[in-house]
Amino acid sequence: MATRAQAAPAPWPRLGLGTRRALWAYAFLLVPLAFFLAIRLAPAASSLYISLHEWNIISPDKPFVGLRNFQTLLADPRFARAAANTVRYVAVGIPTQIVLGLLLAMALRRVTRLRGLFRALYFMPFVTPVVAAAWVWQWMYSEQFGPLNSILVALGLPTLQFLRSPGQALYAITAMVVWQYLGFQIVIFLAGLEAIPRVYYEAAEVDGASGWRLFRHVTIPLLNPTLVFSIVYSTIVYLQLFTQVLNMTFQDQGGPLASTLTLVLYVYQLGFQRFRMGEAAAATAVLFAVILAITLLQMKVLSKPVEY
Amino acid sequence: MAPRTRIDPTTALIYAVLTAGTVVVAFPFVWMLSSALKPPMEIFDLRFLPQQPTLDNVRVVLTRTQFPRWFWNSFVVATVTTLSVAFFDSLVGYALAKLRFWGREIIFVTILATLMIPTEMLVIPWYILSSSQGWINTYWGIMFPGLITAFGIFLVRQFMSGVPDELLDAGRIDGVSEFGLYWRIALPQIKPAMAALCIFTFLGNWNAFLWPMIVIQSANMRTLPVGIALFSGEAGSLWHLIMASSALAVVPVLLVFAVLQRQIIEGIVLTGLKN
Repeated sequence: MATRAQAAPAPWPRLGLGTRRALWAYAFLLVPLAFFLAIRLAPAASSLYISLHEWNIISPDKPFVGLRNFQTLLADPRFARAAANTVRYVAVGIPTQIVLGLLLAMALRRVTRLRGLFRALYFMPFVTPVVAAAWVWQWMYSEQFGPLNSILVALGLPTLQFLRSPGQALYAITAMVVWQYLGFQIVIFLAGLEAIPRVYYEAAEVDGASGWRLFRHVTIPLLNPTLVFSIVYSTIVYLQLFTQVLNMTFQDQGGPLASTLTLVLYVYQLGFQRFRMGEAAAATAVLFAVILAITLLQMKVLSKPVEY
Repeated sequence: MAPRTRIDPTTALIYAVLTAGTVVVAFPFVWMLSSALKPPMEIFDLRFLPQQPTLDNVRVVLTRTQFPRWFWNSFVVATVTTLSVAFFDSLVGYALAKLRFWGREIIFVTILATLMIPTEMLVIPWYILSSSQGWINTYWGIMFPGLITAFGIFLVRQFMSGVPDELLDAGRIDGVSEFGLYWRIALPQIKPAMAALCIFTFLGNWNAFLWPMIVIQSANMRTLPVGIALFSGEAGSLWHLIMASSALAVVPVLLVFAVLQRQIIEGIVLTGLKN
């Protein structure tokens, strides 16, 4: 390294080459570092600061209230509801997405003709503007005039209330989110399956394994890093659900009866419709803590070497 | 070996499953287009094909709302943001991968750590900043949070590490400036990664909702997602118009997707698995 640097002619003799290059690096980093400081780190700190103060955005006073905002949150049944719903979105949506994604990815691996077309069709919802898609789904779920209920009627089944029912709305929205991310999940699994060396299957087949045993003892263990990545990535996505819920329940956001309310929608309503900035910031601090914990857990799991 | 003409039952079953899945996935698109082309009288008629297809709904959305303006706003915001991200992220990624300087590791870790801060946590301070600086209702106000991304820097750094040092040293011997080494020598080496970064940055900003919804208060500054959400909310049960506006937002994206399909899907693999 050092000899190579010395071999190059030094056009600026007063400074060493290493120093000169370092100065260039700092010049390249100047604007971006200022950006991260001003637009990411300082606001994050400011958000934590606000969470410890009472503030309605208009008043000039911001009295320090310690942890009172957090106590208010914990006492608010809507917050508890939002947190419980968010957990339910994660618990229902992610297994569905993973199982369907893996099933379809394995099916796609078995076909040669039309594979590209299938893959593209499954992927379409992922690039579709979410807001537009959410309104289409709202229309499909329409109780009296929606196509889904007319299909149920045609099959001789009772109609469902979907988004109008406190018991069904959350699952109806989850279905839309799974629809949106399924193609992404398939592509990730396809790449993961592709990366498994063929020799492991051949070796297992020589040992007499087939079908389910191959899947259970070769595919699943070797797909583990992909599975962990998928679960963590989608958990973070599902924890931050907002756009789909707001648009599919636009007339009664988070309804009916707060049955679809998510943490982020709760923050949005508290901060930007009721202007209770302190409590809203406290709620985002809780969300931050959860995401941080999951990310750190992921690093721990993924840093374990894969054992073949 | 089975003769070619015989289809084995497993393969037939697999094709059947894949086709059934495709029908479910494609159904909302078909229903959206069908509803968008139906005259108001037919909108509650559940037949798939409009009896008298019409472009009236599209015309109403394009002329009676500010839809073209929202489309333009989204285009400006997504384009400028993508250019900024492409430039700054690659510059920082290059410096972190290829230049040696004091503090390199700590700077990298700090940038990476910001990935864990959820957007929701930042919108309140961003809103306060925007109000005090007069950024509410401006393009700058919509764009500023996304002009440089930690994810892109991380991605570029990974790919820049693969650019051979010999290439840069050869450039140095030829008297290429440090900026020229990045711009003319290193950057062209990672074109596929840059293409993926640009596509996803554009899509992300084209679809962004939470922050634009907060920072935009006047109808003419809305981005497409905000415009569609508020228009649809006001339209009540005028589903033919809501579906026409959705279709107008979705169809251009799908056309672009049809052209760039390979790059987009392979970009997911390229970028997604680098994490």
